[in-house]
Amino acid sequence: MTENNSKKISLIKTPIPEQDPAKRRSNFEEVTLGYSPEMAMKEAGRCLQCKKPLCIEGCPVHIPIPQFIKAIKEGDFKKSIDLIKTASFLPAVCGRVCPQEDQCEKNCTLGKKGEPVAIGRLERFAADYAMQSWNGAGIEITKPTGKRVAIVGSGPSGLTCAYDLARFGHEVTIFEALHEAGGVLMYGIPEFRLPKRIVAHEINLLKDMGVEIVTNAVIGKLISIDEIMEEFDACFIGTGAGLPKFMGIEGENLNGVYSANEFLTRTNLMRAYAFPEYDTPIKIGKRVAVIGGGNVAMDAARSALRLGAKEAAIIYRRSEKEMPARKEEIHHAKEEGVNFELCTAPVRVIGEEGWVKAIECVRMDLCEADESGRRRPMPVKGSEFRIPVDIVVVAIGTGPNPLVPQSTIKLVLNDCGYIIADEETGQTSREGVFSGGDIVTGAATVILAMGAGKKAAKAIHEYLMRT
Amino acid sequence: MAKILEKRLIRHPDVFYYRIDAPLISRKAKPGQFVIIRLHEKGERIPLSLADINPEQGTISLIVMAVGKTTTEMSTLNAGDGILDICGPLGHPTHIEKYGRVILVGGGFGVAPLYPIARSLKEAGNEVIVIMGARSKDLLIYENEMQQACDKALITTDDGSKGIKGVVTTALKQELEQNGANMVMAVGPAIMMKFVSETTKPFDIKTIVSLNSIMIDGTGMCGGCRVSIGGKTRFACTDGPDFDGHQVDWDILINRQKTYLNEEKESFEAWKKHHAFAICE
Ligand SMILES: Cc1cc2nc3c(=O)[nH]c(=O)nc-3n(C[C@H](O)[C@H](O)[C@H](O)COP(=O)(O)OP(=O)(O)OC[C@H]3O[C@@H](n4cnc5c(N)ncnc54)[C@H](O)[C@@H]3O)c2cc1C
Ligand SMILES: Cc1cc2nc3c(=O)[nH]c(=O)nc-3n(C[C@H](O)[C@H](O)[C@H](O)COP(=O)(O)OP(=O)(O)OC[C@H]3O[C@@H](n4cnc5c(N)ncnc54)[C@H](O)[C@@H]3O)c2cc1C
Ligand code: FES
Repeated sequence: MTENNSKKISLIKTPIPEQDPAKRRSNFEEVTLGYSPEMAMKEAGRCLQCKKPLCIEGCPVHIPIPQFIKAIKEGDFKKSIDLIKTASFLPAVCGRVCPQEDQCEKNCTLGKKGEPVAIGRLERFAADYAMQSWNGAGIEITKPTGKRVAIVGSGPSGLTCAYDLARFGHEVTIFEALHEAGGVLMYGIPEFRLPKRIVAHEINLLKDMGVEIVTNAVIGKLISIDEIMEEFDACFIGTGAGLPKFMGIEGENLNGVYSANEFLTRTNLMRAYAFPEYDTPIKIGKRVAVIGGGNVAMDAARSALRLGAKEAAIIYRRSEKEMPARKEEIHHAKEEGVNFELCTAPVRVIGEEGWVKAIECVRMDLCEADESGRRRPMPVKGSEFRIPVDIVVVAIGTGPNPLVPQSTIKLVLNDCGYIIADEETGQTSREGVFSGGDIVTGAATVILAMGAGKKAAKAIHEYLMRT
Repeated sequence: MAKILEKRLIRHPDVFYYRIDAPLISRKAKPGQFVIIRLHEKGERIPLSLADINPEQGTISLIVMAVGKTTTEMSTLNAGDGILDICGPLGHPTHIEKYGRVILVGGGFGVAPLYPIARSLKEAGNEVIVIMGARSKDLLIYENEMQQACDKALITTDDGSKGIKGVVTTALKQELEQNGANMVMAVGPAIMMKFVSETTKPFDIKTIVSLNSIMIDGTGMCGGCRVSIGGKTRFACTDGPDFDGHQVDWDILINRQKTYLNEEKESFEAWKKHHAFAICE
């Protein structure tokens, strides 16, 4: 009987409908279309329901994975989302952007023989299904405690922290520097990967729970952390790692050189793809080079094609194996026709009359691994060559935004300017001030930021109930 | 949404004064800082310097020169209307201390943000001289205010219709030769600030300029406002907007300001087609 059963289990994931690459490379609509209830139930049927589910261990917020999958299999979608929501506040987001191959799906028993269960796709299905049919009614909120908490920054860490604190009965106010809440989810990750209506839906849920969101509030400038601590009983800092790094090479300030943050912010937050209906412009030209190998670089290259570039190339100094981007994003980028110049590093940007004309690169040899475990790239002498381009997007990483750290006394930072906070509680060097997400860890992932927000919410709750 | 409490045309036809209800910002803002505004859901974010700060009334003032789509659109707003987003105060305040003799040089809308700076410098015990320049006498703004706030006001016009005939640097050079100065501060078009810096260089007088690069967020997140100072990349919004004029790579700034010339024109033309009635000639 068991044998029969396992024979029936498909070794590959139930395919998910996607927009055709040729068509999607010129629109901003979502690439992956999502499972139908039938597809989801079929995929859920692949789960072995392991006694010791390793998938849960791979999930930074420990979603009860086999349980919610079982509920999907049984067609009880409401139950599946309720189970997910016990652990994660943003499943519609995580189902779309989490690097599942390095987390839950990496540990899946099925993955040993074939493809793991498509946990991410199932999470997304449950969340999307709930969004259509359920408006958050029934979230349990404890009776008001009379305590007030301020959250600085509305990225995934801040939103998650706010959600849990509101449920504990505290009065929560989020301060966000930009005119829209959501952090990177709103200004960074493109519409075709994470539709903004989904982020907006989750944020509206928070508002319905009574969380106040104050936009255009740059903490450190408009209000200091000290002033916040006079008015609030505790504070969580989740300001992210939004400060773009540049390479420091010749020609980097020419017109046509963007940081990925600027390129993506113009496109997403400011809707430059709809210029001139929207006021904010963006330059695209015919050929775009994107420097870097992470999700950010893939997003920039794929956005460039959608904005009308004829060619987009990723320039990355190591090989594809070392690329930090999610596998799916690399795959999608290739399907859409993004070129990959691997083991290649930029040397300088060449300009003409103030505008980018070409980028000079050098080929790299990969030597023995460095401390990070990745092989170290070394330039190959005499291998310089030029790629003619109109636009260069620099996506080589970000650092901590200095506004809060600079303006807050007695907040201890590490050498790179990140806030030092306890891994389990988010406690900083200042009483009542907690922190988490990218501003503590450096640029990481949505789920890790959420996990940090969640842990901090618990610690803040305990702190508030003590004092 | 921030409410416009008062609006005045201060120079026909294109320079407007706005007093805006912004209690929180007014409480914190200092001379030399700026705000970023967005007029409506489809609007862009543009930086505007604080021309006055009044914490008692909870208001801030802006002086806006209608040069393109957004500033012209703003010029159609009146008292009682709202501005969707107003974010600030941004940037570092201008550093005020007792320098001694300070010369302020203003061009275009730049005279306006110099007004609160002049008053603070006075309060700190400085002797304050202002040099205001325009092509012709009708184009001068904030003349009376500056005359009141400063110990001495010099006016230059290209056509000689008022004050000294010539550009601000003509007057600046004369003033430096005759009376010297301990500090020069300039706000205005990049090209003017560049020439001011070149003029003060041989005198070896510290010159602070307020850089107006193209901005989006104003929080250090996009790097679009980057400038090159002494060979190092700096963000005008978070590291500035004030920098040492002798260290600025002016060519980079001036070139980067031109990035969107075509798009700016396109956007303005498209808007004018639909709003011809709104522009006061
Ligand atoms: C283009 C891009 C693509 C990505 N793709 C993925 C992906 O596919 N999967 C994945 O898991 N991760 C991805 N990431 C990483 C992920 O988005 C981040 O790790 C995550 O958003 C960090 O969350 P956070 O809450 O720490 O901060 P953020 O999301 O950075 O939010 C911080 C917020 O704080 C605000 N803020 C900053 N300073 C202040 C201040 N002084 N006052 C008030 N507010 C302030 C900011 O405006 C921002 O809204 C991507 C990142 C980028 C940029
Ligand atoms: C720190 C700072 C303070 C400023 N203070 C004032 C002020 O007090 N009063 C005032 O009238 N103007 C001020 N400006 C300039 C003002 O922001 C621009 O005139 C405005 O953005 C033009 O927008 P527009 O759509 O009307 O014109 P556009 O046609 O878009 O542009 C006209 C010119 O303005 C500049 N510009 C365009 N967009 C931006 C942008 N997003 N950021 C910066 N510059 C841009 C460009 O050089 C362009 O060539 C300031 C700029 C900066 C950076
Ligand atoms: S305006 Fe974006 S970093 Fe300065």
